[in-house]
Amino acid sequence: MFKWLENLIWLLVENVFGLEQGSNLAGSVHFFFYDVIKILILLSMMIFLISYVRSYFQTERTRRIVSKFRGIQANFMASLLGIVTPFCSCSSVPLFIGFVEGGIPLGVTFSFLITSPIVNEAAFVILLASFGVKTALLYVVCGVLIGTLGGYLIGRLKLERYVEDYVWKLQMGAGEEIKQNQKERFAFAWSQLREIVGRIWIYLLIGIGIGAAIHGWAPEEILARYAGPENPLAVIVAVICGIPLYSNALGAIPIAEALIGKGVGLGTALAFLMAVTALSLPEMIILRKVIKVKLIGAFLVITGIGIILVGYLFNAIYQYL
Amino acid sequence: MEIKILGSGCKKCHQLEKNVKDTVEKLQITADIEHVTDIEKIIGYGVMSTPALVVDNKVVSTGKILKDKELVGIFGSRE
Repeated sequence: MFKWLENLIWLLVENVFGLEQGSNLAGSVHFFFYDVIKILILLSMMIFLISYVRSYFQTERTRRIVSKFRGIQANFMASLLGIVTPFCSCSSVPLFIGFVEGGIPLGVTFSFLITSPIVNEAAFVILLASFGVKTALLYVVCGVLIGTLGGYLIGRLKLERYVEDYVWKLQMGAGEEIKQNQKERFAFAWSQLREIVGRIWIYLLIGIGIGAAIHGWAPEEILARYAGPENPLAVIVAVICGIPLYSNALGAIPIAEALIGKGVGLGTALAFLMAVTALSLPEMIILRKVIKVKLIGAFLVITGIGIILVGYLFNAIYQYL
Repeated sequence: MEIKILGSGCKKCHQLEKNVKDTVEKLQITADIEHVTDIEKIIGYGVMSTPALVVDNKVVSTGKILKDKELVGIFGSRE
């Protein structure tokens, strides 16, 4: 899909920078420019598209749809809608209260809260760009699965008593969906595109810079030995490392890409990515306002285990993709 | 006009507040602007995604950083 760009950048590297193909430096410089442009193009298209779709799924509507389902089907729907409902972690608290007050079971609310950050457009883009459609879709399926089953499990554990008491006492106002015309939807998609790219480009550059250095110089044998698909511990370490990293989630993607190129298992890198997005420390601190530590712990453990399992799955099937 | 910005105090909410203040100044509207961070009040408006904008006790936008142009449209139609 991006062969033309790859060749174009080689022309740039050879003729403008005067570097010869085959050297470490040329490889790194090429990786940097190629990745920056490729990711920006794909990311912009994806953000625009998904933001447009999201303008049809305001939180009120999502809540209404989810409330029509029962049992694990509700978890599944919440998980699916978690992908297309516009959501940022700063809205976690009102969303959580809104769902719970609206009669959505706790476990189903968690299905939404788990999948929503895991399946994000940025992660999808990098997978699409680096590994193709199959891997990218499988990633989405796994994200939905973790959310569905993780939320279901939280529901079965009956952890309602670990929700802060005041949440049950709040009176939710009647929220209504705000009507939008096509022009407003496109304006929303465009402003999302500008806002997100404007916010993340610096992380992307830093991440791609590190990725480029890894690409050119990181020792392949060592990485493959310690973080390759055969090392089961690598997945767990990757997930734990992902928890405190949050603001750099997008920068982590190109690093992951470069690491995979150096023999790190795909599942290991994906688990890292999922952990960075889903198990974020800042979000847990925000959620602490509405739920008690034990419930946060349950969320962390269940989601973490789900991510680790997905990591193993991808490591096992990578060669068949 | 009574304008309320509902938000948990995140960056986006401050951005919306700033945009609102700029537009109000530009249009020379007399308005009370309040930044509501109390979760109980936010929930009371039925808002689940922040930042939200409330004009004269009616929620007119949720989960969006409205730009100057959009704000002019909203305030203009209520004058």
